[in-house]
Amino acid sequence: MAVIKVENISKQFGALKAVDNLSFEVEAGQVFGFLGQNGSGKSTTIRMLLSLIHPSSGKIELFGKSILKNRASILEQVGAIIERPDLYPYLTATEHLQLFAKVRKQKVAASSITKTLEQVGLANRAHDKVQTFSLGMKQRLGIGIALVHNPSLIILDEPTNGLDPQGIADIRTLIQHLAKEEGKTVFVSSHLLSEIEQVAHQILIIHQGKKMVEGITKDLLDPEKRIVQIKTVDDAKALALIEAGSFSQYLLARKEGIFLKLPTSAISQLNENLVQSGMAILGIEAKNSLEDYFLQITSNA
Amino acid sequence: MQSKKLKNILFCCALFFCSVSMPVHSMAQTDPLIEKVAQKLAQVNDYVAEGVMKTDVSFIKASLGKVKVYFKKPNLLKVKKEGGISLLPRGGVSLTINTLLNTKQYTTIPAGSQVLNGKNLTVIKLIPTDDNLDWVISTLWIDPIESLVYKTATTTKENGSYEISMQYGEYAKEGLASKIIFSFNTKDYKLPNGITLEFGDEDPASKQKLLKNKKGTIEITYSKYTINKGIPNNIF
Amino acid sequence: MWSLIQVELYKIFRRPRTYIAFAAIAALIVVIQFGLKIDGDTYASFLMKDINDTLTVDGKVLNGYLICYILLQLLLVHVPLLVALIAADMISGEANLGTLRLLFSSPYSRTEWVLAKFIAASIYTILLLIWLAFLALFVSMFIFGTDDLFLMKSNYVVLIEQSDVLWRYVGAFVFASFSLLTVTSLGFLMSSLSSNSIGPIVGTMSAIVFFTILSTLNIPLFNIVKPYLFTTHMNNWKEFFDIKVNVNNEAIRGSILNIAKIKTSLIVLTLHIILFVTASVIIIKKKDILS
Repeated sequence: MAVIKVENISKQFGALKAVDNLSFEVEAGQVFGFLGQNGSGKSTTIRMLLSLIHPSSGKIELFGKSILKNRASILEQVGAIIERPDLYPYLTATEHLQLFAKVRKQKVAASSITKTLEQVGLANRAHDKVQTFSLGMKQRLGIGIALVHNPSLIILDEPTNGLDPQGIADIRTLIQHLAKEEGKTVFVSSHLLSEIEQVAHQILIIHQGKKMVEGITKDLLDPEKRIVQIKTVDDAKALALIEAGSFSQYLLARKEGIFLKLPTSAISQLNENLVQSGMAILGIEAKNSLEDYFLQITSNA
Repeated sequence: MQSKKLKNILFCCALFFCSVSMPVHSMAQTDPLIEKVAQKLAQVNDYVAEGVMKTDVSFIKASLGKVKVYFKKPNLLKVKKEGGISLLPRGGVSLTINTLLNTKQYTTIPAGSQVLNGKNLTVIKLIPTDDNLDWVISTLWIDPIESLVYKTATTTKENGSYEISMQYGEYAKEGLASKIIFSFNTKDYKLPNGITLEFGDEDPASKQKLLKNKKGTIEITYSKYTINKGIPNNIF
Repeated sequence: MWSLIQVELYKIFRRPRTYIAFAAIAALIVVIQFGLKIDGDTYASFLMKDINDTLTVDGKVLNGYLICYILLQLLLVHVPLLVALIAADMISGEANLGTLRLLFSSPYSRTEWVLAKFIAASIYTILLLIWLAFLALFVSMFIFGTDDLFLMKSNYVVLIEQSDVLWRYVGAFVFASFSLLTVTSLGFLMSSLSSNSIGPIVGTMSAIVFFTILSTLNIPLFNIVKPYLFTTHMNNWKEFFDIKVNVNNEAIRGSILNIAKIKTSLIVLTLHIILFVTASVIIIKKKDILS
């Protein structure tokens, strides 16, 4: 069963369409990477998942239930950190965890509070007021707040913001542990592909509110497969030819240009097929990594 | 010459006789009725009276209050409300019949008679002979048969004019009233809204009432007198 | 919802700003009590200037009951501004801080959150009033003693016996709680419209000042709206200290001159509270939380 199921959601703020007809599913126990540049619609989407923003259209289900009709029971099982970690400067780390556990309708033992603080590396600052914390420490506490009540779905929006390399590595390890060892579903959004590549089972790239690409991470990063861009004299005709043939399975959804992800050995065959069909090929460009691909599609879109 | 000398001697004797019989200061020319009243009141050296006081002044809302009135000869008087604030006419309370007559520093002038509340009362005016006294003139309405004063109207030097009406009951033989009503003129009362912080709170009905009545009364109805048991001076 | 109220109260009383109002009230009252203790006779003489022309007043006029009345007259005009400091920050302050999104992504509904925040703000307001009552009434009684309450209004004087005073103060404080809760609910409404801290606080204070001016100016045009303004009714706690008189102009112990005025004011204030809170709930429910 999909833990998150989003069907054709859109959000309009006046003239701006922040999210445009977005759909995706997240399976239980997965780490789902939600990628996009700043202002691409990631946070708006996450806020819609958490019922902070009302979608202009579309449907959202969490744990197989509509978020509109079953909000309370759904959100008891969800922990989230949204954008920057804003907290109460006059409360301590422990007090924050106690407060937010209560707010999640969960009775949390003192030992669980301690465990959470250890998980996020704040055990030695348990009784210090948050106004004395650095940005990285606040980020860790924010993640702790998302985890304290032992939710089955964890939504982390830019969780590594403000963290040093060791902190980033710690969060990466934590995410992997939560999914692998504790069977939790983790929905992580970021603009840092390199971090998401290492932890996410599945990735979705969003740009200007639209889904650009979605797929299994290892498929998207398969070294046996290359992402290539075909440039021809008549791209529309070339695209129609590819869609009608056996190479259609390798096509990647794109607004402009023809992109395919296919085994390296198949590139020359594709070229031959197109030439035999009378297409004048201007060039076949290979992309080296998901990051190149991400930058390419988001800058051209 | 001898007759001239005799005339001078007779003149001096007459002058001497007049000066002895009519002193300029301190000897009052008193009406016999006033003497009778004074004699009646002289029985009382001191008293403690228990009563109920009612204040009826247009700009004051006050409830009835229990009071004790203390009197000691010749002119000590104190009105005490039991556990509370009391309002009394300025300077007027101290000038009761007892205190007026006990000074003995006055000249009496008969002023005829008048019927008041069905009683035929003799009217006598008192003029103080001592310039140091607080009052200028006092008019008394006296029952000539009972030797009881039913009303006084006194003008004071500094506290305006007021009237006292009296009713008598079981203590009439000592000349002590069962009810005393002080009537006096009131001045306007007004505090600025900036002091009372009452903006837009004005009740038109109360303002109307104010304009109507510029006289106030304070009534004391006595239930009990304790007479001649001694009162220490520190009460006053 | 009790958990939410606990959480909100916890946050209110852990915040240093909360105690500013308590300290301000204590400072104001202590200063006034000190001044009246030292120089109260001069003040009382000024108040009684007109009365002393006609009457001698015997007794302790400047006693704890009168001091309390004077303090309430002064403070109940200004305490609403202190209430606004907290109430107008309940939602917008969280939005400004960024914590609102954490709260509204919890299993509790927005309605539950809004009501819990309002109840917590109301408890704060009531505690502030109890603090004021303790200092203004009981401490004044201790310092200045007690006697009848000799109230000098603008056009007349009311003399209320000692035994008839205390219940009136209880009534007045209960009434004052409705007045202050109206301010709380107004601040709350302002808070639900904004995402910054200062705007709603200033907005609430400005609204109170504006409507107070409309309520007190005696201009015929404003008289049409006055009965509907909450500021017109907020000071009617004073009606507890006016008594009826009988045909003989004797004050009737235990009576209130205009009880209908008190009832009307309570109804108007309650309606304002319900209106402001309901509006807050509707606004918050419809709002997209972008902070």
